[in-house]
Amino acid sequence: MTSNRRSFMKIAGTALGIGVLYQAVPAAALTGEAGEMFRFLGKRNGERVTPFSFVQLSDAHVGFNGPPDPLGTKAFERAVEMVNALPQRPDLVLFTGDLTHDTEDKDVHAQRMKQFKEISGHLNVPLIKCVAGEHDAGLDNSALYREFFGETYYSFDHRGMHFIALDNVSQGKPKVGAEQLEWLKKDLSRFSKSAPIVVFTHRPLFDLKPEWEWFTSDGDDVMNVLAPYENVTVLYGHIHRDDAHEEGHVHHYAAKSLIFAFPDPAKVADKKPIPFDKDLPFKNLGIRVVEANAKGSTSERSIAIEDVELTAREFMGINGVQQILKEPSM
Amino acid sequence: MKFSGKRLLSICLIIAGYLFVAGPVSSPVNAQPPRIVEITAKRFGFSPGEIILKKNETVILRLRSEDVTHGFFLRALKLDEDISPDAPTDIAVTPTTAGTFTTICDHFCGANHGNMKMTIVVE
Repeated sequence: MTSNRRSFMKIAGTALGIGVLYQAVPAAALTGEAGEMFRFLGKRNGERVTPFSFVQLSDAHVGFNGPPDPLGTKAFERAVEMVNALPQRPDLVLFTGDLTHDTEDKDVHAQRMKQFKEISGHLNVPLIKCVAGEHDAGLDNSALYREFFGETYYSFDHRGMHFIALDNVSQGKPKVGAEQLEWLKKDLSRFSKSAPIVVFTHRPLFDLKPEWEWFTSDGDDVMNVLAPYENVTVLYGHIHRDDAHEEGHVHHYAAKSLIFAFPDPAKVADKKPIPFDKDLPFKNLGIRVVEANAKGSTSERSIAIEDVELTAREFMGINGVQQILKEPSM
Repeated sequence: MKFSGKRLLSICLIIAGYLFVAGPVSSPVNAQPPRIVEITAKRFGFSPGEIILKKNETVILRLRSEDVTHGFFLRALKLDEDISPDAPTDIAVTPTTAGTFTTICDHFCGANHGNMKMTIVVE
């Protein structure tokens, strides 16, 4: 049964150009052996999981003025268009932080948050959920963010899947903190170990690159709380590039930014944005695609990843959008 | 067992952590008071940008901020301190292995916070 439970959390994705589309349950899972597994888990977990998809967008930095990216909110607006053009309307869009760029001028920052809500308000999806990034909430302990977006950590259920928003920015430090950890324990206590759980947060919950502040100081404590649960996926932003990381049975995925990209820390010494290319203004703002492995292996988690970059031919006035498929990154 | 590059990096950092000792300020009996190394934080850099420490020598890092609260984070040294503009923060450090380490501000301090760092060289 263990292997079937693993396959339960297969997460499928489809190329959007910008952002990440997750299909929470492969349609094939409703039939045959997998269908039985879903019915079994439905009985154990309460609400039965039914197929749906959702999109992760991250790091729009509304209000940011280049360099390296002089286009402001253009990529964000383009992402909204692309989500709305999807053949299958997603149930949900998750924003994993840095919705806005910071400023000490509260009125200006409020205007940026208002602009974020205006742009995201054009998303034709039933549900939009956000977490804060340090640029949203790090200077004022999330006071302004909460005025616009509500609590910084919370959870909700959707079609049998449990979503948990974690705040690792509001204390100014890359930290979740004892109070939120206690809340997390209580929040999880009503679920069985096989419950499908998606955690979304801003910073990575593991030491991806501490010298670049790509970590959460008490991320291990969070993962220890989540450890007993067999079907956990963590989505995050902050690093402005795609990344996939596996630790234990938990999979961590980062989405690309909607403003500019950072390079691979394994290949460069300094944390400097990838230079803007006026001929390819959306380059490196593309998506990481996650989809169920067609091989259907049940002995291991079956996830295939594709990177799709959007080159902005359309934006530049040339008809059509050229998508370049790269080699899978894992 | 096969490890990814990131996992290996994490393991190396953990091992490096054990090779360092950092803790509250104290003076060994019959020993000279430790050397004090002054470090000032100001948006968006540290001054000096590099300090040189000697292996197995206990020093006091005296951290000051000239503007807002900053952080002083170095995983290998198990350092994770806030630097308040109201009062200096003293940390006793005894590095036990040589190397070059990057310390960052990990308390968000503004737009260019992400590149606020300094270097600690242990000889």
